[in-house]
Amino acid sequence: MTQPAISVRNVSKRFGETLVLRDINLEVPRGQVSCLIGPSGSGKSTLLRCMAFLEEATAGTIEIEGEALGVFEKDGKRRRQTPAELRRTRSKIGMVFQQFNLWPHMTALGNVSMALRRVRGLSRKAAEDRAMAQLVKVGLEERAGHYPSQLSGGQQQRVAIARALALDPTIMLFDEPTSALDPELTGEVLNVMRTLADEGMTMVVVTHEIGFAASVGNRVCFLDHGQLLFHDTPETVFAAPRHPRLEQFLDTYLDRGAQMLR
Amino acid sequence: MTWQLFELLLQASLMTIFVSAASISLGLAFAIGLSAMRMSGLAPLVWFARIFISFFRGVPLLVQLLLIFNLLPAIGLSLSSLATALIGLSLCTAAYQAENLRGGFEGVPRGLIESAEMAGLSPVQSFVWIRTPIALRLTFPALVNEAILILKASSLVSVVGMIELTKMAQNLAASTYMPLPIFASAGLIYLAINWIVAIAGRRAEAALPGLPAK
Repeated sequence: MTQPAISVRNVSKRFGETLVLRDINLEVPRGQVSCLIGPSGSGKSTLLRCMAFLEEATAGTIEIEGEALGVFEKDGKRRRQTPAELRRTRSKIGMVFQQFNLWPHMTALGNVSMALRRVRGLSRKAAEDRAMAQLVKVGLEERAGHYPSQLSGGQQQRVAIARALALDPTIMLFDEPTSALDPELTGEVLNVMRTLADEGMTMVVVTHEIGFAASVGNRVCFLDHGQLLFHDTPETVFAAPRHPRLEQFLDTYLDRGAQMLR
Repeated sequence: MTWQLFELLLQASLMTIFVSAASISLGLAFAIGLSAMRMSGLAPLVWFARIFISFFRGVPLLVQLLLIFNLLPAIGLSLSSLATALIGLSLCTAAYQAENLRGGFEGVPRGLIESAEMAGLSPVQSFVWIRTPIALRLTFPALVNEAILILKASSLVSVVGMIELTKMAQNLAASTYMPLPIFASAGLIYLAINWIVAIAGRRAEAALPGLPAK
């Protein structure tokens, strides 16, 4: 058995009194698209953020390709990685946010080439060439000189994907990448993600796009009240008879894609 | 009021402009440093920044200038009038600008810092390349405002022996017995300078690329 891309082991997360994640165990296989679905407040975004160490799990550990992320256990004690160690493990992960989070004072090209120059130490020319190649990939080479405020939401999210891809991650995490977009703009972002999936990128996608989860996902993980209720192939998950909680969820989150499943 | 007198005032106003511009720039650099200290999370630095800011905001600039002017020679440092004026003005404006910047740094959306973190930027790189430029854009109108305040406050540096616009006007008024036209001219020159600063500020603001979405 090959090593999983991400191993989530007994992860719990508490915000004050509220237990947001309850003892999650999950192995994300390489080269596959895993979709996290579930009602609002089910903890799916928190789980994804834990996979990037943007949230620190209260208990349990997460490994990226067999390497500890953020915290590790040694002699039965929880220890924090040094910032440099954390950055090294994190360099395998690209993250795409719901709100795009492009830096507003830089052009599209500036956003994509920033870390190549400042973190990877590439020359301006080399960084911009690579950044431009990524923008071509998401179909935005003509918008390279535009600032985020001059781009549509869909274009901004594609720049954000290009920014993450420019750093050659082996894993891409998507936190509700289309939730902040007008419905007519979600398609262009989902298409870029579909291409990425076809190329064999390991992806974890928190989404409300059930249609995308069903058609592009290799695995679907259903979270409810901080618990991972089940995870399996979409064929199995969406085939009747369905888990009663999933049935209830699909009733409330009917999108066009989910309608097809009925 | 002759053209010759007006020319003397204009010459002195160059000193006003120089002292103000230098203090604003130095003060901005200090203010960014103070912000970095305050956000460093290291107790001694945080406290230094806090005490610095409350002192320089709480004591009148005139008193600060007189203190620096008398204190430095007392500890064996003799500085020129210009150096004394620059130190006094820039430290004072640094305190105000640090307070302005605080609002700017707090206004940088959390997500932008997270995306910098995920791109592998260290906290220092994130401060230099992401947080500071965005904070500066958010607080740019306050910076223009501060520039105007400092241009006017620079009239106080005459107490440490600087001859700038206000001091020159006083000297000329005393020697020519024509205070009214001379002070009126000085006032008009201040007004003109500040008017130009305000317009340039508005132009620059419009030209600055996008602010973070609300």
